[in-house]
Amino acid sequence: MRFTKDHEWVELDGDTATVGITAYAAEQLGDVVFVELPTPGAKVQAGGEMAVVESVKAASDVYAPLTGEVTAANADVSDNPQTVNDAPEASGWLVKIKIADPAQLDQLMDRTAYEAFLGTL
Amino acid sequence: MRYLPLSDTDRSEMLASIGVDSVEDLFVDVPAAARLPGPVDLPRQASEAAVERKLSAWAARNRAAGAGPFFLGAGAYRHHIPASVDHLIQRSEFLTSYTPYQPEIAQGTLQVLFEFQTQVSELTGLPVANASMWDGSTACAEAVMMASRVTRRRKAVLSGGLHPHYAASAYTLAHTSGVQTRRLAAAVDDEAAVIAAIDSDTACVVVQSPNVFGAVTDVSEIARAAHAAGALLVVVTTEAVSFGLLRSPGEMGADIAVAEGQSIGNGLTFGGPYVGLFACRNELVRQMPGRLCGETVDAHGRRGFVLTLSTREQHIRRDKATSNICTNSGLCALAFSIHMTLLGGAGLAKLARVNHASARSARDALAAIPGVEVLTPRFFNEFAVRLPKAAHVVVEALAKRDVLAGVPFSRLDPGAGLDDVLLVCATETTLPEDIEALAEALAEEIAR
Amino acid sequence: MTMQSVGRPTRAEIQPEDGAQGHVGRGLLQDEPLIFERGRFDMTGVDFDGTADDADLGDLEGLVRAAPPALPGLSEPETLRHYVRLSQRNHAIDLALYPLGSCTMKHNPRLNEKMARLAGFADLHPLQPVSTVQGALAVMDALAHWLKTLTGMPAVALSPKAGAHGELCGILAIRAAHEARGDARTTILTPTSAHGTNPATAAVAGYQVQEIAQTADGRVDLSDLAAKLGPHVAAIMVTNPNTCGLFERDILEIARLTHEAGAYFYADGANFNAIVGRVRPADLGVDAMHINLHKTFSTPHGGGGPGAGPVVLSADLAPFAPLPWVTHGPDGFELIERAEGDAAAALGRLCAFQGQMGMYVRALTYMLSHGADGLRQVAEDAVLNANYIKARLSDVMSAPFGDGPCMHEALFDETWLEGTGVTTLDFAKAMIDEGFHPMTMYFPLVVKGAMLIEPTETEPKRELDRFCDALLDLAAAAKAGDVDRFKGAPFSAPLSRLDETAAARKPRLRWTP
Repeated sequence: MRFTKDHEWVELDGDTATVGITAYAAEQLGDVVFVELPTPGAKVQAGGEMAVVESVKAASDVYAPLTGEVTAANADVSDNPQTVNDAPEASGWLVKIKIADPAQLDQLMDRTAYEAFLGTL
Repeated sequence: MRYLPLSDTDRSEMLASIGVDSVEDLFVDVPAAARLPGPVDLPRQASEAAVERKLSAWAARNRAAGAGPFFLGAGAYRHHIPASVDHLIQRSEFLTSYTPYQPEIAQGTLQVLFEFQTQVSELTGLPVANASMWDGSTACAEAVMMASRVTRRRKAVLSGGLHPHYAASAYTLAHTSGVQTRRLAAAVDDEAAVIAAIDSDTACVVVQSPNVFGAVTDVSEIARAAHAAGALLVVVTTEAVSFGLLRSPGEMGADIAVAEGQSIGNGLTFGGPYVGLFACRNELVRQMPGRLCGETVDAHGRRGFVLTLSTREQHIRRDKATSNICTNSGLCALAFSIHMTLLGGAGLAKLARVNHASARSARDALAAIPGVEVLTPRFFNEFAVRLPKAAHVVVEALAKRDVLAGVPFSRLDPGAGLDDVLLVCATETTLPEDIEALAEALAEEIAR
Repeated sequence: MTMQSVGRPTRAEIQPEDGAQGHVGRGLLQDEPLIFERGRFDMTGVDFDGTADDADLGDLEGLVRAAPPALPGLSEPETLRHYVRLSQRNHAIDLALYPLGSCTMKHNPRLNEKMARLAGFADLHPLQPVSTVQGALAVMDALAHWLKTLTGMPAVALSPKAGAHGELCGILAIRAAHEARGDARTTILTPTSAHGTNPATAAVAGYQVQEIAQTADGRVDLSDLAAKLGPHVAAIMVTNPNTCGLFERDILEIARLTHEAGAYFYADGANFNAIVGRVRPADLGVDAMHINLHKTFSTPHGGGGPGAGPVVLSADLAPFAPLPWVTHGPDGFELIERAEGDAAAALGRLCAFQGQMGMYVRALTYMLSHGADGLRQVAEDAVLNANYIKARLSDVMSAPFGDGPCMHEALFDETWLEGTGVTTLDFAKAMIDEGFHPMTMYFPLVVKGAMLIEPTETEPKRELDRFCDALLDLAAAAKAGDVDRFKGAPFSAPLSRLDETAAARKPRLRWTP
């Protein structure tokens, strides 16, 4: 699993990346009440807006960690936004992306680096 | 001064506590050049009695609607408001409370909003309604913007039967965001023209029923045509009492229903404050503007109400909000809700029938006048007539005889070429002698 | 992702002990269900004269609903009881100091209500012939005169229905002015401390929004403003005093830089109460400013509305004011409803009819009562009251922008609560148990855990002291570690903390049978 400075995580399987928000982010946001996800087929750019996670009092943009095309959005999370709080790095995944360039992953932090980064916040 | 409780002693003590010599020291950041040396050039303070005399003198220079025969509608309607309504809205806890941001101490307001939303939902025939907009015209404008967001299209077709002020308001809001409103030619019935104007760029079709000419339409065909093209149907109602008699917008296929709620609970007040009603299908709720009140429970499991789905709104979403609306029309919504509670659905149905009967009598009386042609075949409580003279001339002449005959269409839409059309409304407040007076005066004026 | 962690729980964290139900429906506080759980569907509390039978509906065949709306009615006694019981569950200005910063919760004079209800105002149709409504137009003209004189501006658009509507009016006038010169611009600048309606309005009007940084002492950062101004900027939207309760001491320079860049200065007039009668926005370089009649000019908040947001305009922007215009003619007052002649450049309509006449009558009544001298005193007492509160609380509560004077509202942050386990939210909820509505919390966004207190000028010193005593008592409790007093608060309100999370996850927005 790799991590961005914006608290997204990525898990790569072949050329499909699964993306979600980290446990830290989910904790900071408080109760997630709604998630706005892109439709399959949508193109995303690394660093560009991809989804919105809403808590009661705030709406937070989620950025695509990698460039590619959305192949799936997590229907579970649409029906039960609570899943993002319960298992943000597992069943609370948000989007699957077919990525163009797997090498982009190397620019992201691994878990050790991410945890060190969290320590600086 | 009766509204300012501080005494000079208080002021001195407080300045001492703060640690400054005079209140001027607190305005230290104001540029010297901008500090006014004394009061501006306006009258000095006045007693209640003096102020009352002044305001009363101005009020006396107006001819109140109820002071004689009165037949105006066209977006604002004279109905009898039960005495309890105005009495209740003046209770301190309703009048002087704020937006219910602290729900534990605002359940009065919140429960009222929940009841109001339920009433509006039921009347419009759509499952979700918001906690009020400013009025029908701005609600209509917001509906156009909402349809554009939902469909991601940039054109709106406005029926020629839509109140011209509503069309103008929609244009103002829409055009700076690149949403094009196309207003069809003013017409009593333009179903065919509306359907013909729908294309694959159409975000919504806006149809009013009863329309500005009073015509009642079954919009189901328009709904079908709009939906077939992937567009939304927005139905506008300016006379809320009509909900008591006519098929609801939701029943006829509306995706969004907006209305002016003024008729219920709120007097004419020369145009405002009024109350906008806004309802839509469930799937569209997150694109809805305005405040929403929802049901929940407190820590003890007791039922309560809170403002919800707030992430749509400006205070959270800022430049990505569904609208910039903040203040709503809370007290007017309360008045609407109280009156609606007194009426109940059965009472509103009865009120609507009385209105229709009253307007039919007026129509019959006017149709009997040589030279007067009734243009609206099927109406609720308002209809259009064609006169053999310019309608505004007739209206002015009748006003001098203390008969307020209706609204000349040219007042709303001077360029439509319908200068001989008069909009006439009769409600449950219209008496037989009023109709007689109107018919007599009109006949005489036409004959001159 | 952007970390919008306004960071507080949106449902109660403490569960009450088993069996503790709280006291509702006791003593003077009555329990009251929904009307739909009370009323009968065949009942109506309104009587009609005569009858109207169904035979009269033949002309509407196919258009009539199959059954009356499924809404219950209540008799008059039941209706009165329903709403009186509900009213008891609301806090209000008439009960206690209502310290909501930026809302100006001043006393709502009852003379305003009496005047608004005179038949000559209340029972007047907006489309009556102008000859029959000269008194109403005179009121609008008089209100316009007061607003123009108090602000020093030559023109005013009366029709906007609320502050946000006024903002839209002003920004659209600015847009029209740029377009008339063939100089359409793309961007509006707002400070980071701006009220949400400012960027929302700019976006609605088709502009991009860019933020201007704030200095360490809570003001607009001039160098950042200068860097961001350019030929693409249509306007700045600035509140003064700002949302931190501070007067922008560089306001003349802000205006100068803005004008030099060819942009307009839009002022959000929400905080006009601090300077009314003492400073004229025209003298600060303002080109357009909305005024919240429901703030500065005492029209009632009514549980969230209605408001009114007339916009004063500079000579440059005046030609673009929306219709209708009230003018003097040879035969008296006239209503210009067409974009022709002097009004040829008018930007069309913002809404139907003339605007919020009911609020004009109330506001004018208020202005006549106070007079120019009284209004000046209003600003002085508003600023005095806020500074008094600041002085009394500053030893304990941390103010983010130092010890200098504030204007009509005092801003604190949550720094002083660090280590206590008590958040701004908890503190606010505990204020309810002391009999006060909480202050504005978590706004402006630029300050952590903001607490914005605006007493207004209509508070007696006694009430200010009562308020400060209560807050100091709470502060001491927080510092002493009495966390329980806060976490479960409010204990004495009709309901305790509500589950806003559930309300948002599974919205129930109406009663269903």
